[in-house]
Amino acid sequence: MGQFIQQLINGLTLGAVYGLIALGYTMVYGIIGMINFAHGDIYMVSAIISVTALTLMSAFGISSVPLVLALVLIIAIAFTSVYGWAVERTAYRPLRNASRLAPLISAIGMSIFLQNMVQVTQGARVKPVPTLMPGGIELFTHAGFSVHLAYTQIMICVITVVLMVAFTGLITRTSFGRQQRACEQDRTMASLLGIDVDKTISYTFMLGAALAAVAGVMVTVYYGVVDFSIGFVAGIKAFTAAVLGGVGSLPGAMLGGVLIGLIESYWSAYLSPEYKDVATFAILILVLMFRPSGLLGRPEVEKV
Amino acid sequence: MKVALKKSIVIAGLGLLGALAGPAWADYSVGIAGPMTGEYASAGAQIRAGAEMAVADINAKGGVLGQKIKLEVGDDACDPKQAVSVANAMVNKHIVFMHGHWCSSSTIPASDIYNDAQIPMATVSTNPKVTERGLKNIFRIMGRDDQQGGVGGGFLAEHFGSKKIAVVDDKSAYGKGLADEMAKGIQGKGVKPVLRESITAGEKDYSGLITKLKAAGVEVVAYGGYHTEVALILRQAQQAGLKLTILGGDTMSNSELVTAAGGDNANNVLFTFAPDSRLEPAAADVVKRFRDKKVEPDGYVLYAYAAMQLFQQAAEKAKSVKYADLDKALANGSFNTVVGTLSFDAKGDLKVPAFRVYQWKGNKYEYFK
Repeated sequence: MGQFIQQLINGLTLGAVYGLIALGYTMVYGIIGMINFAHGDIYMVSAIISVTALTLMSAFGISSVPLVLALVLIIAIAFTSVYGWAVERTAYRPLRNASRLAPLISAIGMSIFLQNMVQVTQGARVKPVPTLMPGGIELFTHAGFSVHLAYTQIMICVITVVLMVAFTGLITRTSFGRQQRACEQDRTMASLLGIDVDKTISYTFMLGAALAAVAGVMVTVYYGVVDFSIGFVAGIKAFTAAVLGGVGSLPGAMLGGVLIGLIESYWSAYLSPEYKDVATFAILILVLMFRPSGLLGRPEVEKV
Repeated sequence: MKVALKKSIVIAGLGLLGALAGPAWADYSVGIAGPMTGEYASAGAQIRAGAEMAVADINAKGGVLGQKIKLEVGDDACDPKQAVSVANAMVNKHIVFMHGHWCSSSTIPASDIYNDAQIPMATVSTNPKVTERGLKNIFRIMGRDDQQGGVGGGFLAEHFGSKKIAVVDDKSAYGKGLADEMAKGIQGKGVKPVLRESITAGEKDYSGLITKLKAAGVEVVAYGGYHTEVALILRQAQQAGLKLTILGGDTMSNSELVTAAGGDNANNVLFTFAPDSRLEPAAADVVKRFRDKKVEPDGYVLYAYAAMQLFQQAAEKAKSVKYADLDKALANGSFNTVVGTLSFDAKGDLKVPAFRVYQWKGNKYEYFK
């Protein structure tokens, strides 16, 4: 019982991070029909930026935890959004009307570029940050197993929920959200109706990068260790989450992320950590066999 | 004008041909390879620092057989496939001696290529298979995992036998090999580990493993793998309110572990490693010069230095850098290096390997007391 609750907490935390990154994949896919393979590395860049910001702040002697957290979030979101914009501008926009394969290759190239850039400029060593929010609450002890809820886990879940609410509001209620959805449905038609498609796509990339930035900050604070190679595994997992939930569907991405987090954590606690990725991908395959468009994805309707 | 242009192109072309036709093979090239990039890049940096200093020192003293030596650096990122292409590139660069690779899973496939090309190599990879395949060109300048694991496992059973012990590895050739030998060493003393687990290296979240350890009441972990994962496991164990002591292998000697584990978590890490050659008088001068250059000669730095010394001394003994001569000299000789006197048995393993148990204390490791 204790183990079950503990893994529920761990799984939800992990899933929240996957979900936030998955949103970026799904949004970009929705609007330009391309998998942005550099997205995992955008997340890595934000983690590195937050390490820098955290170090700077401790150098300036800012020690109030909520203030530090808020500042780091703002800095990471600002810089990472610029990265998201720049990636789109340099690697994808020139290839907007090329064959589908070209931007895909360009994305992989961008991913390799970002990784190597960080490695060369920041060094290959892992970058540790001091524990920002040490400790947690001991919820209860059942049969000799004490269930812990770390303060960082509470933070991750709260921030994710707040972000999801704000994000849903942005997409469903604002004029940017309307433009974004219009471009998603039909780019040509949207441009005929006076929507600046390029600008909307740019904003979408920035928004995706901003969400990845939040994930990067949270991972830095939670795990305390960051290096230039973390984007790859996280990117693959988040991509899987997006596909599981239905690529193109925003609630699907979040659901996929949480599901993958839970599958991983339960599988590794009850069966074996060795085969947790096998479990994750086996479930992905099963879902795709019966629901090819993912759990919440709409089947693609051929437009005539 | 046109004619002049044509003429200059022809001249330039001839010049280019001349440059291609007369390559200077005068220098001896030696190679080092390891993870210069990737998750374990800090180990690659150690190897590089050690080898560069050694090559500079040897060249300053007149080189090898009157020739300067030139260092070629290969990056395998601990990826077996990349290791093979690095090995092929090294062969094309006509190296006469190789130090590497670092990860056992890279050394094993790469060594076949060096063997085909008849290039002798010195490695610090500890997986038994490295020297068990009958290759004549491999010389291992460190002990083997079965020796290291036996020492570590036996130590755990003796000092922590009354506590619950788990054996965990990271599924790599090095990690799994070492963990298996540790398990044997523990069982050899009549203690039974309560759990045997594997994790995936390169991930960030090991909370599943921690919960499992906690549920089983494990206090001591024998870990086969690299330091980055150990740092994460320690951090996450602390967050989950679990106090763990971890015993690892030679890779835990990396000081990155201390910063990455955070706080004083690394003080709970013990590891087996060759005797600390920094404390040996023979290495004092070299150690001092590394420190002057702000490089702490821990981990593999001095081993890379020793590998270059090995090449120099063997070549001087053989009076040649031809494979047959060099290989014979290496197999039969005894060499004084900064990591002590090295000599090899028929397989290419060290005749007198030694392992000691260390413990991290703050930023330094020392012999376990």
